Amino acid sequence: MAEQDVFVIAEHLEGKLSEVTFEMLGKARAIAPALGGQTIAVLLGHQVAALAEQLGAADQVLLVDDSALEHFIPEQAGQVIKALLQREQPALILVGNTSMGMDLAAALSAALDWSLIAYCGDVQVEDGQILAISQIYGGKIAVEAASKSNHTIVSVLAGAFPAAEGRATKSASIQTLPSGIAVSAGRMRFKGLTVPEAGDVDITRESLLVSVGRGIGSKDNIELVEELASALGAALSASRPIIDSGWLPKLRQVGKSGLTVKPKLYLAVGISGAPEHLQGMKDAELIIAINSDPSAPIFEVAHYGIVGDLFDIVPALSEQVAAVRSE
Amino acid sequence: MNIVVPIKQVPDVVEELEINSDGKDLNRDAVKYKMNEWDESALEEALQLKDLHGGTVTVLAVAAGDVDEMLFTCLAKGADHATKVVGDFEEGLDSHTAARALASAMQGQSYDLILTGVQAADDLDGQVGVLLATYLGLPHISVVSGITVDPATHTATVQQEYAGGVMATFEVDLPTLLGVQAARAIPRYAPVSRVRQAMKTAKLNEIEADPAVGAGVTVRRVFKPESGGHAEMIEGDTQEVIDRVIEILRERGIWRA
Repeated sequence: MAEQDVFVIAEHLEGKLSEVTFEMLGKARAIAPALGGQTIAVLLGHQVAALAEQLGAADQVLLVDDSALEHFIPEQAGQVIKALLQREQPALILVGNTSMGMDLAAALSAALDWSLIAYCGDVQVEDGQILAISQIYGGKIAVEAASKSNHTIVSVLAGAFPAAEGRATKSASIQTLPSGIAVSAGRMRFKGLTVPEAGDVDITRESLLVSVGRGIGSKDNIELVEELASALGAALSASRPIIDSGWLPKLRQVGKSGLTVKPKLYLAVGISGAPEHLQGMKDAELIIAINSDPSAPIFEVAHYGIVGDLFDIVPALSEQVAAVRSE
Repeated sequence: MNIVVPIKQVPDVVEELEINSDGKDLNRDAVKYKMNEWDESALEEALQLKDLHGGTVTVLAVAAGDVDEMLFTCLAKGADHATKVVGDFEEGLDSHTAARALASAMQGQSYDLILTGVQAADDLDGQVGVLLATYLGLPHISVVSGITVDPATHTATVQQEYAGGVMATFEVDLPTLLGVQAARAIPRYAPVSRVRQAMKTAKLNEIEADPAVGAGVTVRRVFKPESGGHAEMIEGDTQEVIDRVIEILRERGIWRA
Protein backbone atom coordinates (compact mmCIF):
# COMPACT_ATOMS: atom_id res chain seq x y z
CA MET A 1 0.00 0.00 0.00
CA ALA A 2 1.14 3.50 -0.71
CA GLU A 3 0.12 7.12 -0.33
CA GLN A 4 -1.31 7.15 -3.86
CA ASP A 5 -3.96 4.56 -3.03
CA VAL A 6 -7.72 4.88 -3.22
CA PHE A 7 -9.52 3.47 -0.19
CA VAL A 8 -13.15 2.40 -0.39
CA ILE A 9 -15.04 2.05 2.88
CA ALA A 10 -17.29 -0.99 2.40
CA GLU A 11 -20.79 -0.83 3.84
CA HIS A 12 -22.94 -3.76 4.84
CA LEU A 13 -26.12 -4.49 6.75
CA GLU A 14 -27.63 -7.81 7.77
CA GLY A 15 -25.02 -9.90 5.98
CA LYS A 16 -25.22 -8.05 2.69
CA LEU A 17 -22.86 -5.52 1.11
CA SER A 18 -24.69 -2.45 -0.10
CA GLU A 19 -24.73 -1.55 -3.79
CA VAL A 20 -22.86 1.70 -3.16
CA THR A 21 -19.84 -0.37 -2.08
CA PHE A 22 -19.58 -1.96 -5.53
CA GLU A 23 -20.33 1.36 -7.23
CA MET A 24 -17.42 2.99 -5.36
CA LEU A 25 -15.08 0.06 -6.05
CA GLY A 26 -15.76 0.35 -9.77
CA LYS A 27 -14.99 4.08 -9.69
CA ALA A 28 -11.89 3.55 -7.53
CA ARG A 29 -10.52 1.00 -10.03
CA ALA A 30 -11.07 3.47 -12.86
CA ILE A 31 -9.22 6.37 -11.24
CA ALA A 32 -6.54 4.68 -9.08
CA PRO A 33 -4.11 4.31 -12.03
CA ALA A 34 -4.23 8.08 -12.65
CA LEU A 35 -3.06 8.57 -9.06
CA GLY A 36 -0.45 5.83 -9.45
CA GLY A 37 -2.01 3.79 -6.67
CA GLN A 38 -4.09 0.74 -5.96
CA THR A 39 -7.70 0.18 -4.93
CA ILE A 40 -8.00 -0.91 -1.30
CA ALA A 41 -11.31 -1.98 0.23
CA VAL A 42 -11.78 -1.52 3.97
CA LEU A 43 -14.27 -3.87 5.61
CA LEU A 44 -15.21 -3.74 9.30
CA GLY A 45 -17.28 -6.41 10.99
CA HIS A 46 -17.28 -9.69 12.82
CA GLN A 47 -17.07 -13.01 10.98
CA VAL A 48 -17.58 -11.34 7.63
CA ALA A 49 -15.00 -13.29 5.61
CA ALA A 50 -17.76 -14.20 3.13
CA LEU A 51 -18.33 -10.49 2.45
CA ALA A 52 -14.58 -9.84 2.10
CA GLU A 53 -14.52 -12.52 -0.62
CA GLN A 54 -16.97 -10.45 -2.68
CA LEU A 55 -14.59 -7.47 -2.75
CA GLY A 56 -12.19 -8.97 -5.27
CA ALA A 57 -12.49 -5.90 -7.49
CA ALA A 58 -10.09 -4.25 -5.03
CA ASP A 59 -6.38 -4.98 -5.29
CA GLN A 60 -6.46 -5.67 -1.59
CA VAL A 61 -9.10 -5.98 1.14
CA LEU A 62 -8.25 -4.78 4.65
CA LEU A 63 -10.53 -6.74 6.96
CA VAL A 64 -10.89 -5.57 10.52
CA ASP A 65 -12.60 -8.37 12.45
CA ASP A 66 -13.67 -7.75 16.03
CA SER A 67 -16.69 -8.82 18.03
CA ALA A 68 -17.14 -5.15 18.98
CA LEU A 69 -17.71 -4.43 15.27
CA GLU A 70 -20.48 -7.00 14.83
CA HIS A 71 -22.97 -4.17 14.35
CA PHE A 72 -22.23 -0.81 12.79
CA ILE A 73 -21.80 1.75 15.58
CA PRO A 74 -20.81 5.23 14.32
CA GLU A 75 -18.35 5.93 17.16
CA GLN A 76 -16.51 2.60 17.08
CA ALA A 77 -16.38 2.41 13.28
CA GLY A 78 -15.09 5.97 13.12
CA GLN A 79 -12.26 5.25 15.59
CA VAL A 80 -11.10 2.15 13.75
CA ILE A 81 -11.13 3.78 10.32
CA LYS A 82 -9.42 6.90 11.61
CA ALA A 83 -6.54 4.84 13.05
CA LEU A 84 -6.26 2.92 9.79
CA LEU A 85 -6.20 6.06 7.63
CA GLN A 86 -3.68 7.75 9.91
CA ARG A 87 -1.33 4.83 9.39
CA GLU A 88 -1.89 4.29 5.66
CA GLN A 89 -2.26 7.93 4.53
CA PRO A 90 -4.13 7.18 1.27
CA ALA A 91 -4.65 9.92 -1.33
CA LEU A 92 -8.38 9.38 -1.73
CA ILE A 93 -11.04 7.81 0.48
CA LEU A 94 -14.48 7.02 -0.94
CA VAL A 95 -17.35 6.77 1.56
CA GLY A 96 -21.04 6.35 0.73
CA ASN A 97 -23.19 9.44 1.28
CA THR A 98 -25.51 7.18 3.26
CA SER A 99 -26.81 6.97 6.81
CA MET A 100 -23.66 5.07 7.81
CA GLY A 101 -21.28 7.09 5.68
CA MET A 102 -22.51 10.49 6.89
CA ASP A 103 -21.19 9.91 10.40
CA LEU A 104 -17.88 8.64 9.06
CA ALA A 105 -16.98 11.11 6.30
CA ALA A 106 -17.35 14.40 8.19
CA ALA A 107 -15.89 12.97 11.41
CA LEU A 108 -12.78 11.72 9.59
CA SER A 109 -12.41 15.06 7.82
CA ALA A 110 -12.59 17.00 11.10
CA ALA A 111 -10.38 14.59 13.04
CA LEU A 112 -7.65 14.25 10.41
CA ASP A 113 -7.99 17.76 8.92
CA TRP A 114 -8.35 16.23 5.47
CA SER A 115 -10.62 17.87 2.86
CA LEU A 116 -14.11 16.49 2.41
CA ILE A 117 -16.19 16.89 -0.71
CA ALA A 118 -19.74 15.67 -0.08
CA TYR A 119 -22.74 14.68 -2.24
CA CYS A 120 -20.51 13.62 -5.14
CA GLY A 121 -21.92 12.32 -8.38
CA ASP A 122 -18.51 12.03 -10.03
CA VAL A 123 -14.81 11.95 -9.12
CA GLN A 124 -11.94 12.52 -11.52
CA VAL A 125 -8.19 12.94 -11.43
CA GLU A 126 -6.74 15.81 -13.47
CA ASP A 127 -2.96 16.31 -13.47
CA GLY A 128 -2.72 14.32 -10.26
CA GLN A 129 -5.34 16.49 -8.57
CA ILE A 130 -8.62 15.07 -7.30
CA LEU A 131 -11.73 16.81 -8.60
CA ALA A 132 -15.24 15.97 -7.56
CA ILE A 133 -18.59 17.07 -8.91
CA SER A 134 -21.07 17.62 -6.11
CA GLN A 135 -24.79 17.96 -6.40
CA ILE A 136 -26.07 20.48 -3.91
CA TYR A 137 -29.13 22.74 -3.43
CA GLY A 138 -31.43 19.75 -3.83
CA GLY A 139 -29.70 18.72 -7.06
CA LYS A 140 -30.32 22.09 -8.73
CA ILE A 141 -26.67 23.15 -8.74
CA ALA A 142 -23.49 21.23 -9.50
CA VAL A 143 -20.10 22.24 -8.11
CA GLU A 144 -16.72 21.17 -9.39
CA ALA A 145 -14.51 21.21 -6.30
CA ALA A 146 -10.85 20.48 -5.68
CA SER A 147 -9.24 19.32 -2.47
CA LYS A 148 -7.02 21.60 -0.41
CA SER A 149 -5.15 18.79 1.35
CA ASN A 150 -2.97 15.87 0.20
CA HIS A 151 -5.66 13.48 1.35
CA THR A 152 -9.24 13.80 0.21
CA ILE A 153 -12.39 12.22 1.54
CA VAL A 154 -15.23 12.05 -0.96
CA SER A 155 -18.75 11.04 0.03
CA VAL A 156 -20.44 9.49 -2.96
CA LEU A 157 -24.15 9.55 -3.79
CA ALA A 158 -25.58 6.06 -4.08
CA GLY A 159 -26.38 5.14 -7.67
CA ALA A 160 -23.79 7.51 -9.16
CA PHE A 161 -21.69 4.79 -10.81
CA PRO A 162 -22.49 1.36 -12.28
CA ALA A 163 -22.13 -1.37 -9.65
CA ALA A 164 -21.15 -3.93 -12.30
CA GLU A 165 -17.66 -2.39 -12.61
CA GLY A 166 -17.03 -3.08 -8.95
CA ARG A 167 -18.16 -6.67 -8.78
CA ALA A 168 -15.46 -9.25 -8.25
CA THR A 169 -13.97 -10.96 -11.26
CA LYS A 170 -11.21 -12.60 -9.22
CA SER A 171 -10.80 -13.87 -5.69
CA ALA A 172 -10.00 -11.24 -3.11
CA SER A 173 -6.59 -10.69 -1.55
CA ILE A 174 -7.50 -10.29 2.10
CA GLN A 175 -5.37 -8.97 4.95
CA THR A 176 -6.92 -9.33 8.39
CA LEU A 177 -6.11 -6.68 10.99
CA PRO A 178 -6.92 -6.41 14.69
CA SER A 179 -9.21 -3.50 15.48
CA GLY A 180 -7.27 -2.27 18.49
CA ILE A 181 -10.34 -0.51 19.89
CA ALA A 182 -11.08 -0.44 23.59
CA VAL A 183 -14.71 -1.51 23.67
CA SER A 184 -15.42 -0.36 27.22
CA ALA A 185 -14.45 3.19 26.27
CA GLY A 186 -17.40 3.45 23.89
CA ARG A 187 -20.08 6.03 24.65
CA MET A 188 -22.50 4.44 22.18
CA ARG A 189 -24.19 1.02 22.35
CA PHE A 190 -26.06 -0.91 19.67
CA LYS A 191 -29.50 -1.97 20.87
CA GLY A 192 -31.08 -3.65 17.89
CA LEU A 193 -32.30 -3.45 14.34
CA THR A 194 -35.94 -3.02 13.32
CA VAL A 195 -37.21 -4.13 9.96
CA PRO A 196 -40.64 -2.70 9.06
CA GLU A 197 -43.51 -5.13 8.90
CA ALA A 198 -44.75 -5.75 5.41
CA GLY A 199 -47.62 -3.39 4.60
CA ASP A 200 -50.68 -3.96 2.46
CA VAL A 201 -48.81 -2.90 -0.67
CA ASP A 202 -45.23 -3.67 -1.67
CA ILE A 203 -44.34 -0.74 -3.94
CA THR A 204 -41.15 -2.49 -5.10
CA ARG A 205 -43.33 -5.14 -6.81
CA GLU A 206 -45.92 -2.84 -8.34
CA SER A 207 -45.58 -2.23 -12.06
CA LEU A 208 -47.45 1.09 -12.01
CA LEU A 209 -46.82 3.77 -9.42
CA VAL A 210 -48.34 7.18 -8.92
CA SER A 211 -46.05 9.02 -6.54
CA VAL A 212 -46.92 12.14 -4.62
CA GLY A 213 -44.67 14.86 -3.20
CA ARG A 214 -44.71 18.06 -1.23
CA GLY A 215 -46.53 19.91 -4.02
CA ILE A 216 -49.77 18.29 -2.94
CA GLY A 217 -49.87 20.75 -0.04
CA SER A 218 -52.09 19.01 2.48
CA LYS A 219 -53.22 15.61 3.67
CA ASP A 220 -56.73 16.12 2.34
CA ASN A 221 -55.41 16.59 -1.18
CA ILE A 222 -53.81 13.12 -1.18
CA GLU A 223 -57.25 11.90 -2.20
CA LEU A 224 -56.74 13.50 -5.63
CA VAL A 225 -53.70 11.34 -6.39
CA GLU A 226 -55.36 8.29 -4.85
CA GLU A 227 -58.14 8.72 -7.41
CA LEU A 228 -55.61 8.94 -10.23
CA ALA A 229 -53.80 5.83 -8.97
CA SER A 230 -57.06 3.97 -8.73
CA ALA A 231 -58.11 5.05 -12.24
CA LEU A 232 -54.79 3.80 -13.61
CA GLY A 233 -54.77 0.61 -11.55
CA ALA A 234 -51.55 1.86 -9.96
CA ALA A 235 -50.28 1.84 -6.39
CA LEU A 236 -49.62 5.04 -4.50
CA SER A 237 -46.10 5.91 -3.36
CA ALA A 238 -44.56 9.14 -2.08
CA SER A 239 -41.47 11.19 -1.46
CA ARG A 240 -39.98 11.78 1.97
CA PRO A 241 -41.90 14.92 3.09
CA ILE A 242 -45.24 13.11 2.72
CA ILE A 243 -44.04 10.28 4.97
CA ASP A 244 -42.49 12.66 7.52
CA SER A 245 -45.80 14.49 7.71
CA GLY A 246 -47.49 11.19 8.51
CA TRP A 247 -49.77 11.38 5.47
CA LEU A 248 -48.77 7.96 4.11
CA PRO A 249 -47.05 4.97 5.76
CA LYS A 250 -43.25 4.56 5.74
CA LEU A 251 -43.34 1.62 3.34
CA ARG A 252 -44.76 3.88 0.63
CA GLN A 253 -41.59 5.99 0.60
CA VAL A 254 -39.41 6.02 -2.52
CA GLY A 255 -35.79 7.19 -2.22
CA LYS A 256 -32.57 6.96 -0.28
CA SER A 257 -34.08 6.29 3.12
CA GLY A 258 -37.07 4.54 1.57
CA LEU A 259 -37.35 1.94 -1.15
CA THR A 260 -35.88 1.66 -4.62
CA VAL A 261 -38.47 1.03 -7.33
CA LYS A 262 -38.25 0.15 -11.02
CA PRO A 263 -41.88 0.13 -12.22
CA LYS A 264 -43.11 0.23 -15.82
CA LEU A 265 -44.66 3.63 -15.05
CA TYR A 266 -43.66 6.17 -12.42
CA LEU A 267 -45.98 9.16 -12.49
CA ALA A 268 -44.50 11.82 -10.19
CA VAL A 269 -46.97 14.42 -8.95
CA GLY A 270 -45.62 17.49 -7.15
CA ILE A 271 -42.20 15.91 -6.56
CA SER A 272 -39.28 18.28 -7.18
CA GLY A 273 -36.73 15.47 -7.36
CA ALA A 274 -34.03 15.93 -4.72
CA PRO A 275 -31.05 13.58 -5.31
CA GLU A 276 -32.25 11.40 -2.41
CA HIS A 277 -35.54 10.80 -4.21
CA LEU A 278 -34.10 10.35 -7.72
CA GLN A 279 -31.83 7.65 -6.33
CA GLY A 280 -34.88 5.52 -5.61
CA MET A 281 -36.74 5.81 -8.94
CA LYS A 282 -34.49 6.93 -11.78
CA ASP A 283 -34.41 3.46 -13.35
CA ALA A 284 -38.19 3.26 -13.85
CA GLU A 285 -39.05 2.34 -17.44
CA LEU A 286 -41.30 5.33 -18.04
CA ILE A 287 -41.23 8.45 -15.88
CA ILE A 288 -43.82 11.20 -16.31
CA ALA A 289 -43.53 14.20 -14.00
CA ILE A 290 -46.01 16.95 -13.21
CA ASN A 291 -44.56 19.96 -11.40
CA SER A 292 -45.21 23.68 -11.23
CA ASP A 293 -41.47 24.53 -11.28
CA PRO A 294 -39.93 24.23 -14.77
CA SER A 295 -36.45 23.94 -13.24
CA ALA A 296 -37.36 21.05 -10.90
CA PRO A 297 -34.62 18.37 -11.06
CA ILE A 298 -37.28 15.67 -11.55
CA PHE A 299 -37.41 16.80 -15.21
CA GLU A 300 -33.75 15.74 -15.60
CA VAL A 301 -34.67 12.08 -15.14
CA ALA A 302 -38.27 12.10 -16.40
CA HIS A 303 -39.01 10.97 -19.95
CA TYR A 304 -41.97 13.32 -20.19
CA GLY A 305 -42.58 16.48 -18.23
CA ILE A 306 -45.57 18.69 -17.64
CA VAL A 307 -45.20 22.13 -16.13
CA GLY A 308 -48.49 23.10 -14.62
CA ASP A 309 -50.88 23.13 -11.74
CA LEU A 310 -51.41 19.60 -10.47
CA PHE A 311 -54.80 20.64 -9.06
CA ASP A 312 -56.00 21.24 -12.65
CA ILE A 313 -54.23 18.35 -14.32
CA VAL A 314 -54.64 15.47 -11.86
CA PRO A 315 -58.45 15.48 -11.47
CA ALA A 316 -58.95 15.92 -15.23
CA LEU A 317 -56.46 13.14 -15.96
CA SER A 318 -58.17 10.78 -13.48
CA GLU A 319 -61.49 11.38 -15.14
CA GLN A 320 -60.19 10.81 -18.64
CA VAL A 321 -58.19 7.70 -17.69
CA ALA A 322 -61.26 6.23 -16.02
CA ALA A 323 -63.32 7.00 -19.13
CA VAL A 324 -60.77 5.47 -21.50
CA ARG A 325 -60.35 2.34 -19.39
CA SER A 326 -64.09 1.71 -19.22
CA GLU A 327 -64.43 1.85 -23.01
CA MET B 1 -32.19 19.11 30.04
CA ASN B 2 -30.33 21.92 28.29
CA ILE B 3 -30.44 21.59 24.54
CA VAL B 4 -28.46 23.59 22.00
CA VAL B 5 -29.72 23.78 18.41
CA PRO B 6 -27.20 25.22 15.94
CA ILE B 7 -29.11 26.54 12.95
CA LYS B 8 -28.35 28.14 9.62
CA GLN B 9 -29.96 29.79 6.66
CA VAL B 10 -29.73 28.32 3.20
CA PRO B 11 -30.81 29.59 -0.20
CA ASP B 12 -34.43 28.64 -0.84
CA VAL B 13 -34.13 26.06 -3.61
CA VAL B 14 -37.73 26.62 -4.66
CA GLU B 15 -36.55 29.95 -6.08
CA GLU B 16 -34.55 30.25 -9.27
CA LEU B 17 -30.84 30.12 -8.36
CA GLU B 18 -28.55 32.42 -10.36
CA ILE B 19 -24.84 31.83 -10.78
CA ASN B 20 -22.38 34.65 -10.20
CA SER B 21 -20.46 36.17 -13.12
CA ASP B 22 -17.21 34.52 -11.93
CA GLY B 23 -18.94 31.14 -12.10
CA LYS B 24 -17.75 30.17 -8.62
CA ASP B 25 -20.73 30.91 -6.41
CA LEU B 26 -24.40 31.72 -6.49
CA ASN B 27 -25.33 35.31 -7.08
CA ARG B 28 -25.83 35.97 -3.37
CA ASP B 29 -27.63 39.28 -4.02
CA ALA B 30 -30.42 37.38 -5.74
CA VAL B 31 -30.68 34.61 -3.16
CA LYS B 32 -33.73 34.34 -0.92
CA TYR B 33 -32.66 32.76 2.37
CA LYS B 34 -34.71 30.53 4.61
CA MET B 35 -33.93 28.45 7.68
CA ASN B 36 -32.56 25.04 6.74
CA GLU B 37 -35.60 22.75 6.78
CA TRP B 38 -33.81 19.98 8.73
CA ASP B 39 -32.81 22.56 11.35
CA GLU B 40 -36.54 23.33 11.70
CA SER B 41 -37.04 19.65 12.55
CA ALA B 42 -34.14 19.73 15.04
CA LEU B 43 -35.70 22.78 16.75
CA GLU B 44 -39.12 21.13 16.89
CA GLU B 45 -37.65 17.99 18.45
CA ALA B 46 -35.74 20.12 20.97
CA LEU B 47 -38.91 22.03 21.96
CA GLN B 48 -40.80 18.74 22.35
CA LEU B 49 -38.03 17.29 24.56
CA LYS B 50 -38.10 20.45 26.66
CA ASP B 51 -41.87 20.03 27.12
CA LEU B 52 -41.23 16.50 28.39
CA HIS B 53 -38.20 17.07 30.61
CA GLY B 54 -38.01 20.80 31.32
CA GLY B 55 -34.79 22.76 30.82
CA THR B 56 -33.89 25.20 28.11
CA VAL B 57 -33.50 25.36 24.35
CA THR B 58 -30.79 27.64 22.99
CA VAL B 59 -30.51 28.34 19.27
CA LEU B 60 -27.13 29.31 17.94
CA ALA B 61 -26.29 30.73 14.51
CA VAL B 62 -23.10 31.97 12.90
CA ALA B 63 -23.79 35.53 11.73
CA ALA B 64 -22.86 35.01 8.08
CA GLY B 65 -25.34 37.45 6.62
CA ASP B 66 -28.41 38.64 8.51
CA VAL B 67 -29.59 35.91 10.89
CA ASP B 68 -31.56 38.08 13.35
CA GLU B 69 -35.01 37.40 11.95
CA MET B 70 -34.38 33.64 11.91
CA LEU B 71 -33.25 33.75 15.55
CA PHE B 72 -36.25 35.86 16.64
CA THR B 73 -38.53 33.41 14.83
CA CYS B 74 -37.01 30.57 16.89
CA LEU B 75 -37.66 32.57 20.08
CA ALA B 76 -41.25 33.12 18.95
CA LYS B 77 -41.60 29.36 18.52
CA GLY B 78 -40.50 28.74 22.09
CA ALA B 79 -36.71 28.72 22.24
CA ASP B 80 -35.44 30.25 25.50
CA HIS B 81 -32.22 31.84 24.28
CA ALA B 82 -30.80 32.86 20.93
CA THR B 83 -27.12 33.46 20.35
CA LYS B 84 -25.33 34.99 17.40
CA VAL B 85 -21.76 33.89 16.74
CA VAL B 86 -20.16 37.06 15.38
CA GLY B 87 -16.87 37.55 13.59
CA ASP B 88 -15.63 38.15 10.09
CA PHE B 89 -17.97 35.67 8.40
CA GLU B 90 -19.24 35.91 4.85
CA GLU B 91 -22.43 34.66 3.25
CA GLY B 92 -22.04 31.18 1.87
CA LEU B 93 -19.76 30.14 4.71
CA ASP B 94 -18.40 26.59 4.31
CA SER B 95 -19.33 23.84 6.75
CA HIS B 96 -15.85 23.46 8.27
CA THR B 97 -15.59 27.18 9.07
CA ALA B 98 -19.14 27.23 10.46
CA ALA B 99 -18.46 24.17 12.63
CA ARG B 100 -15.21 25.65 13.99
CA ALA B 101 -16.96 28.93 14.82
CA LEU B 102 -19.80 27.08 16.59
CA ALA B 103 -17.31 24.89 18.47
CA SER B 104 -15.37 27.91 19.66
CA ALA B 105 -18.61 29.60 20.77
CA MET B 106 -19.69 26.48 22.68
CA GLN B 107 -16.34 25.95 24.39
CA GLY B 108 -16.85 25.99 28.15
CA GLN B 109 -20.66 26.08 27.87
CA SER B 110 -22.74 23.46 29.61
CA TYR B 111 -25.34 21.43 27.72
CA ASP B 112 -26.82 17.93 27.67
CA LEU B 113 -27.74 17.57 24.03
CA ILE B 114 -27.00 19.23 20.71
CA LEU B 115 -29.55 18.74 17.96
CA THR B 116 -28.78 19.80 14.38
CA GLY B 117 -30.53 19.19 11.11
CA VAL B 118 -29.03 16.08 9.55
CA GLN B 119 -27.90 18.06 6.53
CA ALA B 120 -28.46 21.29 4.62
CA ALA B 121 -28.93 22.06 0.94
CA ASP B 122 -25.55 23.80 0.73
CA ASP B 123 -23.12 21.65 2.69
CA LEU B 124 -20.63 20.99 -0.06
CA ASP B 125 -17.85 20.14 2.40
CA GLY B 126 -19.91 17.92 4.69
CA GLN B 127 -22.57 18.18 7.35
CA VAL B 128 -21.96 20.84 10.00
CA GLY B 129 -23.33 18.69 12.84
CA VAL B 130 -20.83 15.85 12.56
CA LEU B 131 -17.94 18.29 12.09
CA LEU B 132 -19.04 20.21 15.18
CA ALA B 133 -19.36 17.04 17.27
CA THR B 134 -15.86 15.98 16.26
CA TYR B 135 -14.35 19.38 17.12
CA LEU B 136 -16.11 19.20 20.51
CA GLY B 137 -15.06 15.55 21.04
CA LEU B 138 -18.68 14.37 21.34
CA PRO B 139 -20.28 11.17 20.06
CA HIS B 140 -22.68 11.77 17.16
CA ILE B 141 -25.38 9.93 15.27
CA SER B 142 -26.82 11.16 11.96
CA VAL B 143 -30.15 10.47 10.24
CA VAL B 144 -31.99 10.18 13.53
CA SER B 145 -35.77 10.11 13.71
CA GLY B 146 -36.78 8.97 17.19
CA ILE B 147 -35.18 10.41 20.32
CA THR B 148 -35.93 9.35 23.89
CA VAL B 149 -33.97 10.88 26.73
CA ASP B 150 -33.50 9.27 30.14
CA PRO B 151 -32.41 12.03 32.56
CA ALA B 152 -31.75 9.44 35.32
CA THR B 153 -29.02 7.61 33.41
CA HIS B 154 -28.08 10.70 31.36
CA THR B 155 -28.44 8.75 28.12
CA ALA B 156 -30.47 9.06 24.94
CA THR B 157 -31.95 6.20 22.96
CA VAL B 158 -32.24 7.04 19.27
CA GLN B 159 -33.19 5.45 16.01
CA GLN B 160 -30.98 5.79 12.97
CA GLU B 161 -32.67 5.24 9.63
CA TYR B 162 -31.22 3.07 6.91
CA ALA B 163 -32.69 2.40 3.46
CA GLY B 164 -36.02 0.62 3.13
CA GLY B 165 -37.34 1.68 6.53
CA VAL B 166 -34.79 -0.42 8.44
CA MET B 167 -33.79 1.29 11.70
CA ALA B 168 -30.95 0.74 14.14
CA THR B 169 -31.45 1.64 17.79
CA PHE B 170 -28.51 3.07 19.73
CA GLU B 171 -28.08 4.16 23.29
CA VAL B 172 -25.65 7.02 23.67
CA ASP B 173 -24.23 8.83 26.69
CA LEU B 174 -25.03 12.52 27.03
CA PRO B 175 -23.82 14.99 26.00
CA THR B 176 -24.11 13.93 22.40
CA LEU B 177 -24.90 15.51 19.03
CA LEU B 178 -27.75 14.07 16.98
CA GLY B 179 -28.44 14.86 13.32
CA VAL B 180 -32.22 15.02 13.08
CA GLN B 181 -33.89 13.70 9.93
CA ALA B 182 -37.47 14.09 11.17
CA ALA B 183 -39.00 15.36 14.41
CA ARG B 184 -41.88 13.64 16.18
CA ALA B 185 -44.20 16.39 14.92
CA ILE B 186 -44.33 18.71 11.92
CA PRO B 187 -42.23 21.79 12.79
CA ARG B 188 -44.43 24.44 14.37
CA TYR B 189 -45.22 27.75 12.77
CA ALA B 190 -44.73 31.10 14.45
CA PRO B 191 -47.27 33.76 13.48
CA VAL B 192 -45.74 37.02 12.23
CA SER B 193 -47.25 38.90 15.19
CA ARG B 194 -45.33 36.72 17.65
CA VAL B 195 -42.09 37.11 15.68
CA ARG B 196 -42.59 40.91 15.72
CA GLN B 197 -43.21 40.81 19.44
CA ALA B 198 -40.03 38.77 20.00
CA MET B 199 -38.14 41.38 17.97
CA LYS B 200 -39.43 44.10 20.29
CA THR B 201 -39.02 42.34 23.63
CA ALA B 202 -36.34 39.64 23.33
CA LYS B 203 -32.57 40.09 23.15
CA LEU B 204 -30.07 38.17 21.08
CA ASN B 205 -26.84 37.17 22.82
CA GLU B 206 -23.56 37.56 21.00
CA ILE B 207 -20.37 35.52 21.19
CA GLU B 208 -17.22 36.45 19.24
CA ALA B 209 -15.40 33.77 17.29
CA ASP B 210 -12.42 33.88 14.96
CA PRO B 211 -12.95 32.40 11.54
CA ALA B 212 -10.51 29.47 11.70
CA VAL B 213 -9.53 27.98 8.39
CA GLY B 214 -9.42 24.22 7.98
CA ALA B 215 -8.77 21.89 5.08
CA GLY B 216 -11.67 23.13 3.03
CA VAL B 217 -12.25 22.72 -0.65
CA THR B 218 -11.58 24.99 -3.60
CA VAL B 219 -14.62 25.66 -5.74
CA ARG B 220 -13.51 25.61 -9.37
CA ARG B 221 -16.86 25.97 -11.05
CA VAL B 222 -20.54 26.25 -10.14
CA PHE B 223 -23.00 25.30 -12.84
CA LYS B 224 -26.50 24.04 -13.49
CA PRO B 225 -26.39 20.30 -14.19
CA GLU B 226 -26.30 19.44 -17.90
CA SER B 227 -29.78 18.57 -19.01
CA GLY B 228 -28.43 15.61 -20.97
CA GLY B 229 -31.43 13.41 -20.45
CA HIS B 230 -33.98 16.14 -19.98
CA ALA B 231 -37.65 15.25 -20.21
CA GLU B 232 -39.59 15.91 -23.38
CA MET B 233 -41.92 18.63 -22.18
CA ILE B 234 -45.61 18.28 -23.00
CA GLU B 235 -47.01 21.69 -23.84
CA GLY B 236 -50.53 22.96 -24.29
CA ASP B 237 -53.68 23.51 -22.30
CA THR B 238 -54.90 20.97 -19.75
CA GLN B 239 -56.91 19.00 -22.31
CA GLU B 240 -54.02 18.83 -24.79
CA VAL B 241 -51.63 17.71 -22.06
CA ILE B 242 -54.00 14.99 -20.89
CA ASP B 243 -54.62 13.71 -24.42
CA ARG B 244 -50.89 13.41 -24.96
CA VAL B 245 -50.40 11.56 -21.64
CA ILE B 246 -53.15 9.09 -22.52
CA GLU B 247 -51.54 8.57 -25.94
CA ILE B 248 -48.14 7.88 -24.32
CA LEU B 249 -49.66 5.42 -21.84
CA ARG B 250 -51.37 3.62 -24.71
CA GLU B 251 -48.22 3.51 -26.85
CA ARG B 252 -46.32 2.00 -23.94
CA GLY B 253 -49.03 -0.58 -23.24
CA ILE B 254 -49.31 0.64 -19.66
CA TRP B 255 -52.91 -0.40 -18.99
CA ARG B 256 -53.18 -3.31 -16.68
CA ALA B 257 -55.41 -6.07 -18.06
